[in-house]
Amino acid sequence: MAATTSAKPTGPTPVKNKKKSVFQTNNWVDIFLTVVRLVAIGIIGLGFTLFVIQQATGEGLSSEALRNLIVAGIAQGAMYGLIALGYSMVYGVLGFINFAHGEVFMSGAIAGWIVSDTLFKNGLWESNFIVSLLIVLTVSVFVSTAATILMERIAYRPLRESPRLIPLITSIGVSFFMQNAVLGLIGPSSKNFPALPEWLSKKRGFLGIELEGTKLLVLFVAFVSMAGLWFFVERTKTGKAMRAVAEDKEIAALMGINVDRIIITTFAVGGAMAGVAGVLWGLLFRGVSFLTGFLPGIKAFTAAVIGGVGNLGGSMAGGLILGVAESVGPLLILEPLGIPGVSQLKDVVAFSVLVLVLLFKPSGLFGERLSAEDRA
Amino acid sequence: MTVLDPKPLLEFRNINTHYGAVHILKDVDLAIYPGELVCLLGGNASGKSTTLKTLLGMVTPTTGEVVLDGEVVNDKPTSYRVERGITMVPENRRLFKRLSVKENLELGAYLRNDKDGIAEDLERIYGMFPRVKERLSQRAGTLSGGEQQMVAMGRALMSRPRVLLMDEPSMGLAPALVETNFELIQQIHKEGVAIFMVEQNANMALSIADRGWVLQTGKVVLDDTADALLQNQDLRAAYLGQA
Repeated sequence: MAATTSAKPTGPTPVKNKKKSVFQTNNWVDIFLTVVRLVAIGIIGLGFTLFVIQQATGEGLSSEALRNLIVAGIAQGAMYGLIALGYSMVYGVLGFINFAHGEVFMSGAIAGWIVSDTLFKNGLWESNFIVSLLIVLTVSVFVSTAATILMERIAYRPLRESPRLIPLITSIGVSFFMQNAVLGLIGPSSKNFPALPEWLSKKRGFLGIELEGTKLLVLFVAFVSMAGLWFFVERTKTGKAMRAVAEDKEIAALMGINVDRIIITTFAVGGAMAGVAGVLWGLLFRGVSFLTGFLPGIKAFTAAVIGGVGNLGGSMAGGLILGVAESVGPLLILEPLGIPGVSQLKDVVAFSVLVLVLLFKPSGLFGERLSAEDRA
Repeated sequence: MTVLDPKPLLEFRNINTHYGAVHILKDVDLAIYPGELVCLLGGNASGKSTTLKTLLGMVTPTTGEVVLDGEVVNDKPTSYRVERGITMVPENRRLFKRLSVKENLELGAYLRNDKDGIAEDLERIYGMFPRVKERLSQRAGTLSGGEQQMVAMGRALMSRPRVLLMDEPSMGLAPALVETNFELIQQIHKEGVAIFMVEQNANMALSIADRGWVLQTGKVVLDDTADALLQNQDLRAAYLGQA
């Protein structure tokens, strides 16, 4: 078997360099993984080649359709990124994945619906949309933040000293609790955000592309929030303390940092980002329900893993990559392969991206940088 | 060497600590006076680190009192004690490796709000460690061991301590750096900061210290001036590597 494996062309060079031993040890798992990697590259390569051929012969997508898909992907990805930040930040300070974070996002979306619906009935939504949006954002962020703070105080803090698996399982319980609480509160049906005013939602030219105003608004709010978060983490005293706590709690306490307060701040900031994402989700897709948090929550977690969980820049990038991949992936790779009904396969593509990242770079696309420095 | 203030800065009054059922410190009495340089010697598992952790409030004593500047601080958190002038350079330095050198130094002054004083102290530290100044924007994890030691000391000094605890300052340093390191400790001491040092390198530590204690299985077995300890035959046999 040695000959077979060593003769095979390998994955991208970083993997090859880092894990030379994989090709020296002849165990079946390694051989299997190598085959899977090759098959994955093969499928993507074949699909993409066919796509290029189709484009060249003029059978494929129009370039405008492609651009629209990319923009839609970025808008969706920005929301994944916002949610992923919450997973990543909490993982950074506590080393555990808060699986109830998707429900925090959902609570923001539901709060956003309640407020925007009220404002719509009062007429403010139409007459002064900007003020309405600020009110909706404020309330949603408040609700999501409050949800994470309560979660941390009630469910996670008492378990701080227990093995990591226990808060993880607890977070799944919290997730079910929140879903069912919202189900009891507003019922099982999907609720619709009011439509955006005409002047905003109409298509307009932006950088030479025709874009829906809604997507522009979503992108704008998402990037402002991300920039705000970046400033908070990198430039403020609390942000510095947060990074210190993420690295070494004992020494952070020695500096006089109140570690508990920083941990709860981290949860709160992650919750605020999820609240913003909840409102944006409502504006873009309009329908929200008690199950809204489930799939975006898992996708955002996927985005965090793709970027390298614990790495904030990586999480944002991971969100964008995932959003674009699931938006263009079906038409770019699957359609040319002749797979039917590709528009239904968004989720397949999204999680395939996760599998691919785990196959080729298990620490996440941007994760290596940090761990390399840890070793230094 | 130093004129002793009659009132100790830091004191252990009859301290006992336990980890579960294990009795670590046994009736330990210690006192550190302002401006002193004291070292604590002892073999592995003699309770040296526990002593430091108890002083800082990371370990709570079962009985006895930790007194900081005349105030019993048993039930006070670490941050309270740091605010009142005690801090530590931890074993293996433990810098925040992913943060920049400057951020590490700034975190040392986390509890302070006097911007001018902080800026002044930063300058003072750059003066003491010119090499640190060259590396301010670099991530602390990329520095050499010697440079990291300087940053760790600088970080501790940024809280304006009156007493600085040092846990094994020469641990993990290249032999050539150990001596430089002790010179730095002396330099800090000359600025009027009391130093309480736990150190394996007993010879070197005693040569710069005013006084020393020897801890054995949680009990203080020797308590004398540094010179007397250097002459002590039993101690020489046990720790100084010569009969």
